Amino acid sequence: MVSFIGRRLCQALFVLLIISVVSFIIQDNLGDPVRQMVGQSVSLQERAALQQELGLNDPLLQQYGRFLMGALQGDLGMSYYYKQPTLDVIVSRLPATLELSFCALLLVIILATPLGVIAAIHPKSLLSRAVLFISTLGLSIPIFIVAVFLMYFFAIEWRVLPSFGRGETTSFLGLWQTGLFNQDGLRHLLLPSFSLAFVLTPIFIRLIRAEMQDVLQSDFIRYAWSKGISAPRIYFLHALKNTMLPVITVGGIQAGTLVAYTILTESIFQWPGMGLLFMEAVTRVDVPLISAYLMVVGVIFVVTNTLVDVVYSMVNPRVRIPGYSA
Amino acid sequence: MLRCLLILLGMGFSAFSCLAADIRIAVDADPISLDPHEQLSEAGIQYSHAVFDPLVRWRQNGTLEPRLAQSWQMLDANTMRIQLRNDVQFHSGNRMTADDVLFTVERLKGSVDFKALFNVVQNVDKIDDYTVDIHTTHTYPLLLNILAYVFVMDKGFYEGQAEVVKFGQTFASSNVSGSGPFLVKERIAGQRLVLQRNPHYWDQTSPGNVQNMEWLPIRSDSTRLAALLTGDVDAISPVAPIDIARVQRTPDIQLLSMTGTRIVMLQLNQSRRKELQHPKVRQAMSLAINQSLIVEKILRGYGEAAGQLSATAFAGHISDLMPQYDIEQAKQLMAEAGYKEGFRITMMAPNNRYMSDEKVAQAAAAMLEKINIKVDLKTFPKAQYFQLFDQRAADVMMLGWQSDTFDSNNIFEFTLACRDLKTGLGTYNAGEFCDPLVEQGVRLANREMQPKQRERILQGIEHHTAKEALVIPLYWQPIIWATKRSVQLEGVLNFLNFPYWGDLKVSEGIHG
Repeated sequence: MVSFIGRRLCQALFVLLIISVVSFIIQDNLGDPVRQMVGQSVSLQERAALQQELGLNDPLLQQYGRFLMGALQGDLGMSYYYKQPTLDVIVSRLPATLELSFCALLLVIILATPLGVIAAIHPKSLLSRAVLFISTLGLSIPIFIVAVFLMYFFAIEWRVLPSFGRGETTSFLGLWQTGLFNQDGLRHLLLPSFSLAFVLTPIFIRLIRAEMQDVLQSDFIRYAWSKGISAPRIYFLHALKNTMLPVITVGGIQAGTLVAYTILTESIFQWPGMGLLFMEAVTRVDVPLISAYLMVVGVIFVVTNTLVDVVYSMVNPRVRIPGYSA
Repeated sequence: MLRCLLILLGMGFSAFSCLAADIRIAVDADPISLDPHEQLSEAGIQYSHAVFDPLVRWRQNGTLEPRLAQSWQMLDANTMRIQLRNDVQFHSGNRMTADDVLFTVERLKGSVDFKALFNVVQNVDKIDDYTVDIHTTHTYPLLLNILAYVFVMDKGFYEGQAEVVKFGQTFASSNVSGSGPFLVKERIAGQRLVLQRNPHYWDQTSPGNVQNMEWLPIRSDSTRLAALLTGDVDAISPVAPIDIARVQRTPDIQLLSMTGTRIVMLQLNQSRRKELQHPKVRQAMSLAINQSLIVEKILRGYGEAAGQLSATAFAGHISDLMPQYDIEQAKQLMAEAGYKEGFRITMMAPNNRYMSDEKVAQAAAAMLEKINIKVDLKTFPKAQYFQLFDQRAADVMMLGWQSDTFDSNNIFEFTLACRDLKTGLGTYNAGEFCDPLVEQGVRLANREMQPKQRERILQGIEHHTAKEALVIPLYWQPIIWATKRSVQLEGVLNFLNFPYWGDLKVSEGIHG
């Protein structure tokens, strides 16, 4: 266990190093941060002075060295726009994104599991065909179209749900501004999480269906039938449990992606999370914030993948991860 | 009702309308700081008008009205005496005096964004508590125009921690005491700014009845519109031209638009391309571009096609200088210049800076094709675009210019004058030409105190620019707001797009 975590830590550091190099190399193509922060009548000389002050004129290697030294001490720089340490800014936006991702995944699980199982058990039934048809739609329609449609009908035409933002939030244990515990917050969560779920559910339905069909053919299921075990028990206990491995793998990666890259959904619903933050940082050329964001996203991916591996070996004890002995 | 009564008592039974209303507005950008001197931007000035008061401010008809300055007069060619109001109280409770004005002007002169405007002010003398003399380095006809930027700050509140820093946290960027109609209640950068009516506001004749006001930055055009259509907010700006029809179909929403003063133009780089040095080629290009069609088709009839740089309200405006479009004559001019077969040029434009900028650039490129000029057009997000603009990276560049002084000469100084790194003149002259006539006119207009004479100089530059086709003006960008019918925005909106929120009236019956 210890060596497993140690190995993962090394991997994480390596990933972060690569991300930091890449984010520094792309910096020059993003634009001039000073240009974004000054009025039109500020002279070139003044702008040059500001660039000098920010250290933007130093050689890239020197800037990178400075960044790395700071990063080693847990300091990823100050955001130009927010005028706060970049990590603080990101952490303050994290709850919004985590809650959105959580709700979206919850919807996915609630929808995909029964539908996937039904589609596997009765592949020829009308319901299965309908489910598969709709899931093809979900796979082929880009998320922004889904989001805009949902907004158009539910918010603008029928006026049943709000169109943007998080609504009212309450403090949870003083650590976390949450929208999960009041009606207004939950209402605001519905449209964005449904948009995300609409695009994600089909993948899981198909995954569960395919795996389930596979498992239903296997010997132990046949044996279970012959023992006279009831159908629900076979389907939902014995078979479903064994279809979960690929689902967990894909689910883990999707969860990481959700937290890191819900940029489109967050922009459309003006959801004050990390995706929107990143989007705005790019338009403002808030370079320190962009670098810090990419680093944080790197960490999130490493963490979720590690969690997936651990869960994996818990669900299926036959899987051996090098260095990890449970 | 009780709150109403209390407000009435607080206001000393003034003419204040008792029907207090709350309003939420969604805009595309929020002020970057609570410090009014940190950035000279539209959002920043809109915020300043809500929380601070300027010495003078623009009326809807383009003249200036007294605010914290009660009256003014010229003592000699370089000195203006200003009489201040004596009944103004800052949010901190301090009274406003001449010392605050001195403090504010000094701070403006030290602000990166404002110093270019205030360099001309040599110093401010305090005569007594409510009288100051402003001395300029030379005769300067636009002194009053720049006094509209003097949003007086509370010296007692800021003193000792008054530094203006562009990229860092300061006292002034997160604490505020102005004299304006609203107090700042809460600000979460990039998410919301919550304002509350100032119960001790000096201007008791203000018709405004907005009690609480919330500003929400919503960047995406369609989300902003959706927020208004769902009733989540009461007013939005800007509205994208393609959404205008949608707004007009909605009965309980009104559209309010006026032509602004931002001139969008194409600059033809004469030092990159020898073809563009030829006046006939530039004239041909100017004739080939149909400004009216661009306004009609792309801006859906909003905004105004331009044949010159100065907006109607500006001193240099020439009423009979209209945009010309004549493709036959343009072809003939190309032939006369020896370019019948045309040539290839590069063009760059932003795609998220001006209203429909990318589409306008594409249309202009297609129009130039008609006279055999093949345009390689590239568009960029503004962050990258303006870096390329500074590098003069293409033969044709798109630029929109809003005159900070609301005067023609500011446009000429920055976009037409010869480039001078020391004074900053010509910083935006991506045509990279140096025209002695323009140069001389700009200098004269900066000192000429006689309005009639000055107008003649400015119009002279405008005529010359049009005749030589130094740049191709396209249109004045429209200012477009959409609001619920109860919001009487037309009373406070002006061609500068600085709505005076303090004076905004919201009719009864919508917010209980």
